[in-house]
Amino acid sequence: MNQPSEKKDCCGQDYPCDTGLQPLGPRPLPMAQPDNDPCCGPRPGPPSSPNERPGYTLCHFVDGFVDTPAGPVPRVSTSLNPADFLGNIRARIGFQRDRYRIAPGLYCVGNPDPESPVLVSANYKLTFDTVRKNLKGLDTWLLVLDTRGINVWCAAGKKTFSTDEIIRRAGLSSLAKIVSHRNLILPQLGAPGVSAHRVKKGCGFQVVWGPVRAGDIIKFLENELQASPAMRTVTFTLWERFVLIPVELTLILKPSLWILLLIFFISGISPDFSFSSAWHRGLAAASAYGMGIFAGAVLVPLLLPWLPSRSFYIKGMVSGMAGSIALLPFLGKILPLEAMTLFLLTSAVSSYTAMNFTGATPFTSPSGVEKEMKRGIPLQAGAMLVAVAAWIAGPFMG
Amino acid sequence: METFRYLPGVSTLRLDAEVCIGCGMCSSVCPHSVFVLRDKKAEIIDHDACIECGGCSANCPVEAITVNPGVGCAAYIIQKWLKGSKAAGLVKCC
Repeated sequence: MNQPSEKKDCCGQDYPCDTGLQPLGPRPLPMAQPDNDPCCGPRPGPPSSPNERPGYTLCHFVDGFVDTPAGPVPRVSTSLNPADFLGNIRARIGFQRDRYRIAPGLYCVGNPDPESPVLVSANYKLTFDTVRKNLKGLDTWLLVLDTRGINVWCAAGKKTFSTDEIIRRAGLSSLAKIVSHRNLILPQLGAPGVSAHRVKKGCGFQVVWGPVRAGDIIKFLENELQASPAMRTVTFTLWERFVLIPVELTLILKPSLWILLLIFFISGISPDFSFSSAWHRGLAAASAYGMGIFAGAVLVPLLLPWLPSRSFYIKGMVSGMAGSIALLPFLGKILPLEAMTLFLLTSAVSSYTAMNFTGATPFTSPSGVEKEMKRGIPLQAGAMLVAVAAWIAGPFMG
Repeated sequence: METFRYLPGVSTLRLDAEVCIGCGMCSSVCPHSVFVLRDKKAEIIDHDACIECGGCSANCPVEAITVNPGVGCAAYIIQKWLKGSKAAGLVKCC
């Protein structure tokens, strides 16, 4: 990575950074030059950058500042470094994902002038990184909204990527002083939160709906702000589905620990309690539960187009049934009734987990999800009840 | 998105062609190509592809489009059932 040796400040535009202008007030007294080769200890690090300010943290992705009538604007690098990749992976597995955000406000790329386009985005760091790495070679302004660290589409749904936030942020950034035109290019998926005509009324800027994907921004700009039908349509490729799996699993992990505890507890209920049989039964039921999670949260996303039915609860049920049968040889000695019980358990867990994946897909409607939940949940709950009752009753019937 | 189709006949999307002024905003913002512009009027050509995101209705300057917008997310809907739609607004679902 081409990291400049000198790191710059990333303070917001509300607090103009030191741009190397002559400081006001008394000049420092002439002092002896610091010794770069001290007589003892290691060499001191490099001197502070003129852009550093007390109380602020330096952002590694800022590689300079551009002077504007409204003060200096941080210029961001268009290449990602190892810290960005690490952060990307951490956010994808759900580790401190809600804190993965950057300061909202105006940034820029390259050497923009008052004529340069203004792109609008969210302050989720994963979103910000995706945008900036797709702006290589451009000179643009980048207005980052405070979406509370949420991506554009979800933020638009939750109304943090909103008309009011655009008006507010454009005002706070003094955007009208910095650019001579009155256009804002918005990501198309921000539309549920933003009324273009209300933005125009609120701050005088005209919203231009850009492409869905940041990867199409350069083509969109070259094409005189015209998006092709492909740029306007969402996709859900195998890779796009795959990257959603880790966070789905992380979200399930915490409730699962309690459920596993409960599974081992009820597996131990028996007229002649023995620790080894409780452990053996508990392990079998826990494996069946784990297979249900795997089938619903891993197999369903990956096999989505090939699983039968449009309803996710059926897709999950089918993958759960298949997973349960595949698991059977690994469960050791097991009675037919127990095998059937675990088959029900796995299928129900997988069905429920798959139904929850609807929220992560870009093609499900809330009315549709509600409709399938009204059918799916009674089935899942019924199967679970029968499975738990049969599992508890099993040892008493032998 | 031709490869993925969700449940048909459920979307609450409605377009009032009388009111429509043919600005084309709905077809620009729709991520599923539900609208086309024909003879200076918007037309719904793929009602079942609608995901009720609400982008079109938010951007219709004459309010010719109505849709019950929301997030197609099971966890959100469960919260809505349990606590009512007001409380569900505070629920993190995706």
